Amino acid sequence: MDTNFLLQAIIYLSAAVICVPIAKKLGLSSILGYLLAGIIIGPFVLGFIGQEGQDIMHFAEFGVVMMLFLIGLELEPSKFWKMRKFILGMGSMQLIGTTIILFLGCLLFMDWKWETTLAISLALALSSTAIVLQTLKEKGLSNTSVGRSSFAILLFQDIAVIPILAFLPLLSTVNLEAANDAPQSLITGYASWLQTVIVIGIISTIYFAGRFLFVPLLHIIARTRLQELFTASALLLVVGVSYMMQLIGLSPALGAFMAGVVLANSEFRHELEGDIAPFKGLLLGLFFLGVGASINFQLIVDNPMFIFVFGAILTLVKFIVLFFTSRYYKKKLDQNLLLAFGLSQAGEFGFVIMSFCMQLNIIPSILANQIMAVIAMSMVATPFLLLINERIIYPNTRSQEKEIKKDNDYIDEDNPVIIAGFGHFGSTIGRLLKANKVKSTILDNDSDRIDVLRKLGFKVYYGDATRLELLKAAGCENAKLFIAAIDNPTVNLKVIETLKKHFPHLKILTRARNRIDAYELIDHKVENIYRETLYSAVNMGVDALVELGHRKYTATRQGQQFIKYDEITTRKLAEKRHDKMAYMITIKEEIELQEQLLKSDIYSQIAATNHSWDSEHLKDNLAD
Amino acid sequence: MSKNKILILFSHPLFEKSHANKELVKNIPESENITFHDLYEEYPDFDIDVKKEQLLLSEHNIIIWHHPMYWYSCPPLMKQYIDMVLEHNWAYGKKGKALQDKTIFQVITTGGDKENYCETGSDRYSILELLEPFNQTAKVCNMIYLPPFVVHGTHNMTKEDYEKNGIIYGYFLDYLENSNLDNDEILQYHYFNEWFATIQI
Repeated sequence: MDTNFLLQAIIYLSAAVICVPIAKKLGLSSILGYLLAGIIIGPFVLGFIGQEGQDIMHFAEFGVVMMLFLIGLELEPSKFWKMRKFILGMGSMQLIGTTIILFLGCLLFMDWKWETTLAISLALALSSTAIVLQTLKEKGLSNTSVGRSSFAILLFQDIAVIPILAFLPLLSTVNLEAANDAPQSLITGYASWLQTVIVIGIISTIYFAGRFLFVPLLHIIARTRLQELFTASALLLVVGVSYMMQLIGLSPALGAFMAGVVLANSEFRHELEGDIAPFKGLLLGLFFLGVGASINFQLIVDNPMFIFVFGAILTLVKFIVLFFTSRYYKKKLDQNLLLAFGLSQAGEFGFVIMSFCMQLNIIPSILANQIMAVIAMSMVATPFLLLINERIIYPNTRSQEKEIKKDNDYIDEDNPVIIAGFGHFGSTIGRLLKANKVKSTILDNDSDRIDVLRKLGFKVYYGDATRLELLKAAGCENAKLFIAAIDNPTVNLKVIETLKKHFPHLKILTRARNRIDAYELIDHKVENIYRETLYSAVNMGVDALVELGHRKYTATRQGQQFIKYDEITTRKLAEKRHDKMAYMITIKEEIELQEQLLKSDIYSQIAATNHSWDSEHLKDNLAD
Repeated sequence: MSKNKILILFSHPLFEKSHANKELVKNIPESENITFHDLYEEYPDFDIDVKKEQLLLSEHNIIIWHHPMYWYSCPPLMKQYIDMVLEHNWAYGKKGKALQDKTIFQVITTGGDKENYCETGSDRYSILELLEPFNQTAKVCNMIYLPPFVVHGTHNMTKEDYEKNGIIYGYFLDYLENSNLDNDEILQYHYFNEWFATIQI
């Protein structure tokens, strides 16, 4: 193998491995870590990699395609159909609004040709799917109202890229044939009605092939029990669809998205997700590295005023348009802000459009490079803007909202119970408590859910439960009980750490996803730990015994005993785990723990077999 | 004399709604020699910890089964307790001497009046007769079974009546903790409380 390739791989990987954890440790998003890593290894700092940053980005853009495939998988067709109003409405509003303002502004203040201005405005109106979706995922906001609105706008932009690329040659003075590098499709030669027919044909092919060809194929592959073959076919699907879309001049990301939607209902959804996700993660990381490395600092140094002022104005314009779009759709203030900050950057399609424009001679090469630097800068700025929003603006807007609520129907009383996280787990607890007339205060970070809960008469606080101010506002000082039921174990643990530190007398009941989570919680001296994988699994085991002919009561008692012993052994093993200096539980250690568990389980079986009601045992005893 | 150590095994599936028992339990004296053990609170899933219960029994010398009378018997968890805790070769059998010579009796609340619990009454049997199975259980375990402390007519009581019974129960337990009992004398009576009424404190 080419050693040069290996060396490059080492540079990229070590940059990522060093920078991303540091960024995470500092409480920044991983995207920022990748970007910084890219800048550091790029031509202007350490110079490990040269100008090929751009090429890497083109390659790594495939990560965006995979990301859209994964999003498609999460989105069933019916849900997609429900979102059409937002996709068309918010999407077009944002895109047209931003383009017009940028176009008029640049016409007034810059001495560019109008064709140039229009091309630049269109390129900059698009946001970065990669950055936004990755950020939303990291913050756990994908399924919230903000997440869905952001996604709707991004999807519209992805679709809009196609007509934009088709439209650009019209602005060019250069003959299209001359620019033979232009993204040509196989079907440009045909009459436009035929093109339309072909496009519709291909899209329906994706639909039917997905449903009637690919799913049966996966069945066959699944039967071979070769994991890597399954991964290969998942990749083949994504690559194949992307290629097909490119052939007819549509966006590969859009095609992958549609393929995802088609397969969202299939039984292989989770396997496909699991197979594609690591590739997506790596490629996206590479993409952000590429963005960082391709920032041309020379251009910035030559004309810093232009880059920074233009970048700032661009971000501001995008922010304002997004803010009012979101407001028009009656979202709340904090949602408007988050959406507007989140999508305020220019995106990877900007690079594509800029390079295309250079070929078409619409934009002078220096200007195009400057715009690309602006795009890269705006992408770098996003994580910082979000950080400012989160730390400074958000806490203030939240308090404003609370005051408004107070005016209306806010009954300020301290409830005895606080429930953090009101998903399927937390809401079950909340319902049980409410059915028994116990009032609880709820902390959650999905503002749509919160509206519903408020209407149902729950006292709800919106926001990040790891923040001390929110915990105070929710009444942790006076509550009797805190129920930590947040989906994400890491967040849950963080909440508990904060509580233990600041409200040491508050009784905590916590959800744990599995044994490993439970160990962590035991380390934090939490007494009441409820593993979601314990109780229902034991219940199922009991029913399995019953199905096999065991009497129900005996099986039930075995189940009760099993839970008791499991809880005891979990605590024992939690301590033992530290003896082995192993903080990181490897698979081998996990197997060891399981073995120890199985051994002690045999004791629990013996213990559960006590001799009440057992006349055989009594007879034996009397015979002795 | 050394003080008696009393274990109250309390079984009530709906304690929070029982006026009579709330008053009785409220008046149990705070003492290191009296252990109040609320079985329904401890074992809501009927999964009794046998070893722990046996240890508790062996640490006390007067055992009280405190429960309401349901269908002429005890609540189901108390029967579960008897079934599981009183193991062969521990409580009874050749090697089962753990409970030998301990004193045991019942504290019972019942809605019915005392007059009904006789051959000609609607309940046909006296309380003592109905409690024969418990008496016999205690006998098998070589324990001394004393007559029950019975609170009759809890369905038609005023608040004052409940409180009065509670206060008597408190005095009674206090007396039990600090006195040597004359078992032969007590066994002359149908009810433990009838005997206690004759005592001058």
